[in-house]
Amino acid sequence: MKETVVEATVRALQRAETSLPDWVLQRIKEAAARESHPLARHHLQFMLENVAIATAKGLPLCQDTGLAVFHVQMGRELILDFSLSEAIAEGVRIATRVIPLRPNAVHPQTRQNSEDNTGPGMPDIILDYVDGRGLTLTAFPKGAGSENMSLVGMLNPADDPFDFIVKSVAKRAANACPPLFLGIGLGGSFDLAARLAKRALLNMPGESQEERQLLERINSLGIGAMGLGGDTTALGIKIEKAFCHTASLPVAINFQCWANRSATEVIQ
Amino acid sequence: MTEYHLRTPLSEGDVQKLVAGDLVFLSGPLFTARDKAHALMRRVGSPVSLEGAALYHCGPLILDDRVLSAGPTTSGRMARYTDEILGLGVRAIIGKGGLPGEPFQNRAVYLAYPGGCGAAAAEQLRVLGVHLQELGMAESLWVFEANEFGPMIVAVDAHGKDLYQEVRRSAQEKETY
Repeated sequence: MKETVVEATVRALQRAETSLPDWVLQRIKEAAARESHPLARHHLQFMLENVAIATAKGLPLCQDTGLAVFHVQMGRELILDFSLSEAIAEGVRIATRVIPLRPNAVHPQTRQNSEDNTGPGMPDIILDYVDGRGLTLTAFPKGAGSENMSLVGMLNPADDPFDFIVKSVAKRAANACPPLFLGIGLGGSFDLAARLAKRALLNMPGESQEERQLLERINSLGIGAMGLGGDTTALGIKIEKAFCHTASLPVAINFQCWANRSATEVIQ
Repeated sequence: MTEYHLRTPLSEGDVQKLVAGDLVFLSGPLFTARDKAHALMRRVGSPVSLEGAALYHCGPLILDDRVLSAGPTTSGRMARYTDEILGLGVRAIIGKGGLPGEPFQNRAVYLAYPGGCGAAAAEQLRVLGVHLQELGMAESLWVFEANEFGPMIVAVDAHGKDLYQEVRRSAQEKETY
């Protein structure tokens, strides 16, 4: 069973690094088709060409192959006689050699590189329990360009969280490889807001009216592909909410670049 | 929007004729450098001559001598080094996200390569050599031979025009804070 998880990890990473989910490609194509700025149209078309090259050659579409982030949905009836995190770490080490991936994981102070994309706290595994006895594993490699622009704001309950989001995006979008996907965590505590924002990215497709309105407001900024002007600054927004303290209003924004990579493997 | 196909090393004339918004394709040697290489060069100097050079903010994915994926990294992290790097003779910095425009005036341009497009970039590059390899794959100073490397957009020109700045300013005007 451990081998099954190791192999699923390698397969999920292989697909995540060399292709994009269909719904992501679809949104980029639609943005390219309606783009009125020539430079932005150029960029969007080049991005699509890049994905086609990567998929055809089986090579990582971006040299920043990301930090190893995984979402695991584990059946409540499943009993494992091995360490899930060790099995996923083993898959990451193998994937680093065979795909290959760029070694990105370093000690935060010495900056010493582990050379295999693992280390204390890495891979980062977000675990949920679900009904049944299956295991669903999603590789969500997270590049630093967009992750570095992410932030948590501890707002005053009298503040408007959407003003904070739009203002932060206006300032930070260009560095995060737009057009962006934005995961928003609204409420909770300091750290829960950040976790909600990451989960929002994992949960992406489909927008509520509130999310669509925020998306329109962000796109009206005109920041565009790669921050050089254009009609589409964000391709998607998801807001996840939790109750917060009556004195608090935490807001987290997890930036995701246009290359919104993920791939899921289901183990029965 | 004019399209240019230029060879490195770049001349002063090459830099002067480029205007923000132009498209550029580069051929010839390119040098990569990011966080660690910049910090090291500040202390001990550059291991290569950067006279007329195009410096690429990139941490590539390399297997043996093959470039597998090599798109741009965020230039903003290297902003603190711009002035001294341009002082070494660099005439173009390639990256994504931009850099403050002032140090570029009258001496260099900033070229934006589409971010995230590592696989497409790799097709336009081959390895000529590597320096500072002790810094690891992403942080080494790689010397690439570029073949029509682009499309890049002149985002900051040598005449004081900065496209990122213009876009940011107009975005802020749309939302009154």
